[in-house]
Amino acid sequence: MTAAHPSPAGNAGHNVATAQLATGSSGSDCVVKVGGDWRLSTSVPTWKELFGQHTATDVRVVSDGLGKWDSSLLLFLLHGRAWCVESKHDFVTEALPENLQNLLRKVVESGTPKPKAIPTATGLSERAQTLAMHFSNVTKENISFVGECALGFVSVLKHPRNFRWMDCLVEMQQCWVSSLPIVSLVSFLVGVILAFQAAIQLRPYGAAVFVADLVGLSVVREMGPMMAAVIMAGGIGAAFAAQLGNMKVDEEIDALETLGISTVDFLALPRLLAVTLMMPILALYANVLGILGGMFVSATMLNIPAAAYWVETQNRVGLSDVTSGLIKSVFFGLAIGLAGCLRGMKCKRSAAGVGQATNSAVVTGILLIVIADAVFALIFNVLGI
Amino acid sequence: MNPNPSAPVIEVKNLTCGYGETVVLQDVSFVVHPREVLLVIGGSGCGKSTLLRCLIGLLKPFQGDVAHFGRSFTAADATQRREILKTFGVLYQNNALWSSMTLAENVSLPLEEHTSLSRADREEIVTLKLNEVGLSGSEKLYPSELSGGMKKRAALARALALDPEIVFFDEPSEGLDPITSREMDRLILQVRDILGTTMVIVSHQLSSIFRLADRVIMLDPKTKGIIAEGKPKELAANSKDPRVRDFLNQDTDSAKPTSRTPEVATEVHSP
Ligand SMILES: Nc1ncnc2c1ncn2[C@@H]1O[C@H](COP(=O)(O)OP(=O)(O)O)[C@@H](O)[C@H]1O
Ligand SMILES: [Mg+2]
Repeated sequence: MTAAHPSPAGNAGHNVATAQLATGSSGSDCVVKVGGDWRLSTSVPTWKELFGQHTATDVRVVSDGLGKWDSSLLLFLLHGRAWCVESKHDFVTEALPENLQNLLRKVVESGTPKPKAIPTATGLSERAQTLAMHFSNVTKENISFVGECALGFVSVLKHPRNFRWMDCLVEMQQCWVSSLPIVSLVSFLVGVILAFQAAIQLRPYGAAVFVADLVGLSVVREMGPMMAAVIMAGGIGAAFAAQLGNMKVDEEIDALETLGISTVDFLALPRLLAVTLMMPILALYANVLGILGGMFVSATMLNIPAAAYWVETQNRVGLSDVTSGLIKSVFFGLAIGLAGCLRGMKCKRSAAGVGQATNSAVVTGILLIVIADAVFALIFNVLGI
Repeated sequence: MNPNPSAPVIEVKNLTCGYGETVVLQDVSFVVHPREVLLVIGGSGCGKSTLLRCLIGLLKPFQGDVAHFGRSFTAADATQRREILKTFGVLYQNNALWSSMTLAENVSLPLEEHTSLSRADREEIVTLKLNEVGLSGSEKLYPSELSGGMKKRAALARALALDPEIVFFDEPSEGLDPITSREMDRLILQVRDILGTTMVIVSHQLSSIFRLADRVIMLDPKTKGIIAEGKPKELAANSKDPRVRDFLNQDTDSAKPTSRTPEVATEVHSP
């Protein structure tokens, strides 16, 4: 009865691991002879294969030309031992090499440790309680951060000389440089799409020239500021969160705090101001590109000359439409900056934490933008702007 | 600054601290004397950094009090806090140099915040400080352009910018090769001898402990507190606590050849 294994291809230089079963001298016990090279990387005999349906007996393991061995043999012996212990038989390994015996003894003594279960709230009410606690803590943190930023703005107005204008300028430049190409492309395309859709609807009624009105109004009031803000949330908001998060991980934020420097004044305010100031400028730029997109479609598809399109746009789109869009975009900028800085400064101290902070900065930013837009739609409606 | 020259620089009374609901240290009390080099030692995860964060006011203790020069840190209001913050420098485990600023700007920022020196004076002090730590000529470099040892030195220069009374170090020789680590230790002692600065150092490197320490306190994660206090050599020789002796005698232990079985079964030649 043998359970020898064929040597795997390409491993011809080594002896095959073997385990042979023989009846012992007394007749009531078994002798298992292990030999060859036992390696985890090759296939080795298993206890199950060797004993199969064999009825349990006392087992003695002896070495029979045992070569190199590693954890695979240890595992084999442990399985054997478990098999014997279960049926209350002896498992004798005294004839094995001493270091192997020592190792086996050590593993058996220490037992196989099971990972400790982390206590988790199981009951529904308990879970709801922890969730509510967490939510209230986070809300408190967020509100106090917004409050600190507001106080910071007040103190900037009082002592403008203490403000880090240079940092603010650098961030403004960063906003501009990194978002300009993508804002150009997206706004132009949005203009094109709006004009195209409008043209299909309006042309059958001979009202093609009103494409200019429709594109002009929707771009200036909604799409321009919105698109610019969403792009900034994805670019600058994420960048803020990643920068500040990384500073937190590297203890740079701690280093500022132990110097008694307010991290809100030092890190958050310059960024917040930069994005708040840049947002309306970018929105204005997005408006121009959107109208150009509409103009392009009208000129090529509807044969409306650019000059006529422009006159129509000017007639319909008033200053109040443009300003309402720009006012909104100031608040969009504020939302993006707050979300980015807050998530970055509350980041967990790990690489994964920075990833989460970035993700959540973008999500929060876009959510706040949409909410702000809805609120402004309501306000402007009431005011009749 | 300190009216009584032998009064303790820092006094920690019944400090209990941790994160969220886990208590890391329980009821810890000790003092730091002027001009001494005190090492906080112990295995990884025993709460050394946590204790340090309490001492420098980054972590609010659950209970107890930390006082610098007799002024309570935990009960301080914003202005008192700022006063206390001015009196010490910190060298963080990850150096925490501000990566968007040059070395000169890094060292200069504490001066900008806490002094009314002119720009020219500040620059002069920056040059002086970088010189002290052996980094003269590196003013215009960014932290990412420095080697590990240079970053530590730069961080030390920044910690020393305001000529603090106390400097806190978190693992100053972590991640350094033995020679650079020895140079760092020498620099720390040199600063102490020249400027008379009190040093509180968190470390688990045995060589540094014996080179630097006037006194050590040893923390233990099970006790959640101090299990030994004294001179490192005396503790290594005479401590009754086997944990303390084991920790401080690692070198002699590993030098003795012992017939230990391998912890993990890797490939072994049978005889
Ligand atoms: N920000 C944290 N939040 C929760 N637990 C923490 C935090 N930092 C450290 N700990 C825990 O506190 C214990 C002590 O950590 P630490 O003070 O960093 O140890 P040391 O510096 O001695 O290696 C550890 O068990 C660790 O898991
Ligand atoms: Mg630590």
